[in-house]
Amino acid sequence: MTEPQRVRVTGPPRRRPAVRRVDVDEDTRLGEVYLGSLMRAQLSIAVRTLAVLFLGVGSLPLLFWLAPGLVHTAPFGVPLPWLLLGVLVYPFLFLLGRWYLRGAERNEASYADLLRTDSSGSEDEAP
Amino acid sequence: MTFDSAPAIVAVTLVTLATLTIGTWGLRFSRTTSDFYVASRSVRPGLNASAIGGEYLSAASFLGVAGLVFTSGAEMLWYPIGWTAGYLVLLTLVAAPLRRSGAYTLPDFAEERLASRGVRRLCSLLVVTIGWLYLLPQLQGAGLTLELVAGAPRWVGPVLVGTVVLVSVFSGGMRSITFVQAFQYWLKLTALLVPVGVLVAVWGHDGAPRATDLSQTWSLPMGTDGSAGLYATYSLIAATFLGTMGLPHVGVRFYTNPDGRAARRTTLVVLALLGVFYLLPPILGLLGRVYAASPSSADTLVLELPRLMVPGWAGDALTGLVCAGAFAAFLSTSSGLAIAVSGVLSQDVVVPWLRRRGSRFGGVAAFRIASLVAVIVPVTGALLTPSVGVARGVALAFALAAATFCPLLLLGIWWRRLTAYGAATGLVTGLITTGTAVIVTISGWRTDTWADVALTQPALWAVPLSFAVMMAVSLATAAHVPAHTTRLLVRLHTPEPTIEPAVTPALQR
Repeated sequence: MTEPQRVRVTGPPRRRPAVRRVDVDEDTRLGEVYLGSLMRAQLSIAVRTLAVLFLGVGSLPLLFWLAPGLVHTAPFGVPLPWLLLGVLVYPFLFLLGRWYLRGAERNEASYADLLRTDSSGSEDEAP
Repeated sequence: MTFDSAPAIVAVTLVTLATLTIGTWGLRFSRTTSDFYVASRSVRPGLNASAIGGEYLSAASFLGVAGLVFTSGAEMLWYPIGWTAGYLVLLTLVAAPLRRSGAYTLPDFAEERLASRGVRRLCSLLVVTIGWLYLLPQLQGAGLTLELVAGAPRWVGPVLVGTVVLVSVFSGGMRSITFVQAFQYWLKLTALLVPVGVLVAVWGHDGAPRATDLSQTWSLPMGTDGSAGLYATYSLIAATFLGTMGLPHVGVRFYTNPDGRAARRTTLVVLALLGVFYLLPPILGLLGRVYAASPSSADTLVLELPRLMVPGWAGDALTGLVCAGAFAAFLSTSSGLAIAVSGVLSQDVVVPWLRRRGSRFGGVAAFRIASLVAVIVPVTGALLTPSVGVARGVALAFALAAATFCPLLLLGIWWRRLTAYGAATGLVTGLITTGTAVIVTISGWRTDTWADVALTQPALWAVPLSFAVMMAVSLATAAHVPAHTTRLLVRLHTPEPTIEPAVTPALQR
């Protein structure tokens, strides 16, 4: 069945965004189970990312407080605090963010797969 | 130190003209109310990330960081780290669900999640408070800069920035401001990158001298005074890591993304853009030490260093460049904040007021009236209150956001049992604790005791307290969990289909 191309018309603004065409009927038990699993997966990868953040970056003040001698070490001629806090921390944050992004999108892709296999026969779209 | 003001005046004029020109050009794309508020939610990640970077890198980043590193050393590196890492926390816990909520402002989100007009009004009050608190040091920094580089009276900076912001917000709204701010990120990056490159080359040419007083305490990554310094450092980490998500101008930007996935990708690009930028200011702070600069205040080191190290016309040109960058920083952050505050004011104050008076004015007119108020109040405040230093002033706004909107967003997105009563008491708790800190800091009361440190850096105890109050009261009022909670959470966490129906934002009811 071919439908006419969807045309965007700017009319009076609506209070709610249009209903998303996702095949979870939110009020069913099944929908809740699916949502629960997606939320747990997303929360789990977020918490793991933040744990790495706090271990890798958040621990530094304590580390230098407990071991003041580290301030004197200077790999590559740059004092360690400046090397860690001024330079290396930024690529670390970016790579950590990229690692999270991939994990989160993977979770969403497998969630979409789950829905598609479950509700065969309904209109489906590639994730 | 005498300053030839010509390069600065040329630079400030050029930046102002460029801002207004791009803003007017963007106007051609701004037609609907939706364009004004959220650029019709159609900004792509690359452009949007540049705009976020341009808006976020304020005077505190451009001038404040180098000055703080210069005066206090490595412990101040936590400011830029926190401002960047805040986006990582935002990315992991908030970005995609917030975009999918379909709400436009934080008050919209609160009302939608908790079905409570009361919580909505509380959030509106907080957005305006945080926005004005953040605007204050920007405007004061502008006054300081123009006084130093152009010999202008102190009031010229705030008034000039306020006027340019008003004109660009008036004319183009969010759509045109997106182009302006994307331009201003790259301007700011260039305006630091080129001077840093030249000055480092000069330093190398001089035989790479070491600073004479690179004492151990200056390299210590937290304060010098033992456990209090450690506390202050962790409190700053808590405020910046958790406060970023609650800043009004950061939140609004997320609604300009087409969908949740784009919101995430945008945030990742922002992490890269901020990381590149923040490599630069500490270098200027270090060079300031090496060449024994004596700036008239910490915030003006960046402006004075080029002439100190490079004589003649080259020094003048570099000074003009950093002035342009600094002015771009004042303008972009102030515009972003003005838009966010105007959006809330127009929805919650001006539109109801117009309606009561039976006026037929639409959304755009209300937005313009609101922006007038949103700019004039902080400009007046900047002229009347003493400056607390731009980075420290901004840090207070972060602490306030961390103790109020951070718990609301995290619990609202991830915890099904949040109730309107819990949210309201938690928000009030955060407002009282960090509001006290703001008053104490601005009043200038200092005793250098533990009580003083705990009061002026409240985030480490105030944020957990707000979380605890919000959760405890929610559990005690469990009967009031909104009926639509599960349905709403499904929407927040469900990935969009690839082809999403066109969505128009919630502006009129």
